[in-house]
Amino acid sequence: MPSPTYRREMPQRYRLEAAKCKKCGKLFFPPRLVCAGCGSKEFDKTKLSETGTILSHTMIRVAPADFATQVPYAIAIVESDNGVRVTTQVVDCKPEDLEIGKKVKFIFRKLYEEGHTGIICYGYKTVLV
Amino acid sequence: MVGIVGYGSYLPRYRIKVEEIAHQWGRDPVTVKRGLMLNEKTVPGMDEDTITISVEAAKNALKRANIDPAEIGALYVGSESHPYAVKPSGTVVAEALGAVPNVHIADYEFACKAGTEAMFVAYGLVKADLVKYALAIGADTSQGAPGDALEFSASAGGSAFIFGKEGVIAEVLDTFSYTTDTPDFWRREGAFYPLHGGRFTGEPAYFKHILGAAKAILDKSGYKPADFAYAVFHMPNGKFPLTAGKRLGFTKAQMEPGWIVPLMGNTYSGSSPTGFAATLDIAKPDDLILLVSFGSGAGSDAFIFKMTKRIDDVRDKAEKLKSMLENNRIYLDYGQYAKYRGKIIMNE
Ligand SMILES: [Zn+2]
Repeated sequence: MPSPTYRREMPQRYRLEAAKCKKCGKLFFPPRLVCAGCGSKEFDKTKLSETGTILSHTMIRVAPADFATQVPYAIAIVESDNGVRVTTQVVDCKPEDLEIGKKVKFIFRKLYEEGHTGIICYGYKTVLV
Repeated sequence: MVGIVGYGSYLPRYRIKVEEIAHQWGRDPVTVKRGLMLNEKTVPGMDEDTITISVEAAKNALKRANIDPAEIGALYVGSESHPYAVKPSGTVVAEALGAVPNVHIADYEFACKAGTEAMFVAYGLVKADLVKYALAIGADTSQGAPGDALEFSASAGGSAFIFGKEGVIAEVLDTFSYTTDTPDFWRREGAFYPLHGGRFTGEPAYFKHILGAAKAILDKSGYKPADFAYAVFHMPNGKFPLTAGKRLGFTKAQMEPGWIVPLMGNTYSGSSPTGFAATLDIAKPDDLILLVSFGSGAGSDAFIFKMTKRIDDVRDKAEKLKSMLENNRIYLDYGQYAKYRGKIIMNE
């Protein structure tokens, strides 16, 4: 069965929706209820920039069962152009193509399937620009 | 004025060359390439499907249209490879674009012409003032059976078109649809690969419907082939569209910009729409463009578009098709391709 979390997280997973603190301007992704900077509970809805920069990366060679057919695959910490750090897969590239400082863009991809008969879960990943 | 206010495409980065498939099945690559006029085709990544391709194409269309996605009143995805048998692809696409919840959604299916079906309905709804903007998408991750001729051409990709009345870049001047019951190509529920009627797919199917729709829209509108800057016909292979165009009186120069099949393959519902998108990338204000799709079963939708000045302001706002075709390509061998396309039997 689809998890309630998946449905609830669609705005951030699908559309990169983030929260910007109305008081101090800090950006949160995923959105939070209380600002970690100033304690305010009021936020404006905003979005992550569609592009970012690789801060750090690694290759996954031994993966959990759902991802076993994808090895080796790249995971990176990416800083979006508006300053938010996210951990994300970098797809459609060879291991040797990855470098700290390279630009990536966020794209919409299939994350995993809940078996052969369950729902298909989607969300963001990145590709090299 | 009713027409397209934004357009965009998406092609996966993976490719397989015709030679690679030919070697796998003991076919002579030179003969195959010459016969089909194909060099390579796109292959979807393991995490790509009709939904993800539709979202990326639509995001590019939104960049060019420069509208609020919440103003999209109808969203239609045409494909013969919808990931779910029951649950419209459009629901996920609309959620990803931010077009929910005030939007009418439907998935279309008509072999290779589901994309232009979506365009036809989207155009009609805007013209009838039922919605402000309507988004039509043609996208597919097509499969040909291993060793079948279709395996050389069946590829992945798609294009999206936003119809509206303000900020039109390509006005719809006329439409025409031509449909009969022709069992040239089909797939029964539950079957993994489609079946086709071999030689029966040419003259009584593709040519009859493409030529039927094209001649009818020319008669209806009063335009002659020479009046058009460009013409785009469905591209099941390299040869068919050029032959159809020639028989109608179009020149290779009129067809060349939209004739992207040698590097893309046949993206089914995304085929003629993506050829049309490639043509929009280079068309000038006042140019007339003829678009004729074909879907097995069988039918053709024909459209006549007239470009406006606004095309010059929007074409550079998203990646152009030529760049998608020629940049960032990653070539697969047949083994990788078989794995990517789910052709290998795995344990649960
Ligand atoms: Zn704050």
